[in-house]
Amino acid sequence: MSKLAARQATPAVRLPKKSFRQRVVIDFRKNWVIYAIALVCLSYYFVFRYAPMGGLAIAFKNYRPARGLWGSSWVGFKWFEQFFSSYYFPRLLRNTLTINLLSLLIGSTLPILLALLLNEIRSSAYKRTVQTVTYMPHFVSLVVACGIVLDMLSYGGLFNQILGLFGVSPILFSNVPEYFPWIYVFSDVWQNLGYNSIVYLAALSAINVELFDAAAIDGCNRFQRVLHVTIPGIMPTIILLLLMKVGSMMSIGYEKIILLYNDAVLERADVFSSFVYRYGMLGGNYSYSAAVDLFNNVVNILLLVVFNAVSRKVSDISLW
Amino acid sequence: MKHRRQASPEQWNYGKVSAGSRIFDIANHILLGLLCLLMVYPLWYVLCSSLSDPSLLMRHKGILLFPLDFSFAGYEKVLNYKKLWNSYLVTFFVVIAGTGLNMFFSILFAFVMSRRGIMWHKLITGLAVFTMYFSGGMIPTYLVVKGVGLYDSIWAMIIPGLISTYNCIILRTAFYGIPDSLEESAKIDGAGDLRVLFTICVPLIVPSIATVALFYAVGHWNAWSAALLYIRNERLMPLQMVLRALLIQGEAIEVTGGQDLQTELNNMLLKYVVIVVSTVPILCVYPFIQRFFTKGVMIGAVKG
Repeated sequence: MSKLAARQATPAVRLPKKSFRQRVVIDFRKNWVIYAIALVCLSYYFVFRYAPMGGLAIAFKNYRPARGLWGSSWVGFKWFEQFFSSYYFPRLLRNTLTINLLSLLIGSTLPILLALLLNEIRSSAYKRTVQTVTYMPHFVSLVVACGIVLDMLSYGGLFNQILGLFGVSPILFSNVPEYFPWIYVFSDVWQNLGYNSIVYLAALSAINVELFDAAAIDGCNRFQRVLHVTIPGIMPTIILLLLMKVGSMMSIGYEKIILLYNDAVLERADVFSSFVYRYGMLGGNYSYSAAVDLFNNVVNILLLVVFNAVSRKVSDISLW
Repeated sequence: MKHRRQASPEQWNYGKVSAGSRIFDIANHILLGLLCLLMVYPLWYVLCSSLSDPSLLMRHKGILLFPLDFSFAGYEKVLNYKKLWNSYLVTFFVVIAGTGLNMFFSILFAFVMSRRGIMWHKLITGLAVFTMYFSGGMIPTYLVVKGVGLYDSIWAMIIPGLISTYNCIILRTAFYGIPDSLEESAKIDGAGDLRVLFTICVPLIVPSIATVALFYAVGHWNAWSAALLYIRNERLMPLQMVLRALLIQGEAIEVTGGQDLQTELNNMLLKYVVIVVSTVPILCVYPFIQRFFTKGVMIGAVKG
């Protein structure tokens, strides 16, 4: 009743309701420059991002370069069935999960530990030095980093020379299949440990200092303060990053894999993306490998959506 | 600006320091010191090896702490390695032209994404953000790049990655930080959208622009997968592809102007020299760009 009264009291404020078309025209007249820019930029997205999505039709076709994509015949889910029943599928699945689990357990926890230890350093000069040095390998390019790692693991390399001092005969580490996931994960730790700790250090510096004072007054010793103030303080950051990591459990980029692997370790090293590269780009099996890639991408996006929903329910933290 | 107390619990004295706490401090310093040595040793090892005499290096056992018989022989030889220098030029072109184009379009698109007032704002942003989570994948993208005629062209290393949505979101966040009143007053004075962008907004977000430009530049410097997929011409190979051939695939280093150069010894030495020559430029600018990177990580950590 009062609402109605208010409306009647101020009739001049009420604007006549415009139709959808009128609103579009007015908006366009006012912001046509913005829309022109948007069109230019979106045309990039359409050509290089959305056209390939349309090109995914190749995964359901028997692509022949001579006939072109749209001239080739449809084969339905043939490539998917072929892939799932091949011995590659369990192998790629196992390798992808092994490497990602290891990097979740090692690669994701060490930066947290480093940030916590750095936070306990009183001297800011020492702290800064440690930070600068640990970030350094991040600025070495992936190719060079893998080159250094392979060199150190080679017959005459650093590791074998050190082992040689203890009388161990040389091992060609890069050719032992079982070592591959460890080499992958630890070279990642070397390159990204310091860099990945930055985000936790940022979260640590955002903790309200009064919480530490209060904890100290309540009788917490140093370790208890870390346990009850510091760690809960960075928990949202930890959960968010773990969420992203778990959401990408099925995805590994092919670059580092193909830099580190060789035929001897293919059994343990091959993952979905490197398989797509080898079978598709090198082997020319476009349709088959596009199907593998599509399967992998769909699983990735589903995992991300599911874990995001779970996390939002459980902890109120989500990516979107 | 008010100085802020760092959230480091040991910076303030909460009464007496226990013995356990002191032992922890010592152990912590030693541990982090060792970690630093461990992190930096592989790089030091490469540097020392590159400055060593190759025959001594071959016979050396155990860890290397200093160059063996200091020599610049490897560096002199690498000067004649034309393929490397050619790839350097290609990479320089890609870094400069690529970053320039990246920034131009990213700033424009981030500006569009920051216009919350326009009617199709959600649709435009959504179209871009969706591509962060789903893509056509390697094969269809390859076919598109080939289809538009970029195959085996230097632009294949630039155009397919013209706009990074992630970087646009960083810039958009920066645009959001500009008070609306500034833009409104410019508009009242008769400035159009483009003028508002280039004379009001861009100068205000220079630090973010520098950060994003750095992301793009370092990305181009380190990139090799576009060249791997789209480039066949040897003369268009960027630095990282040449490095990959040398360091990973074990290609012999062919240098003109010497007799004993094809030996295994020299190849081993030159490998280290090439690593140093290709990495030092980045590590030299690294202390200056470190804070930008740190800043970029923080912006990225803020929910988009």
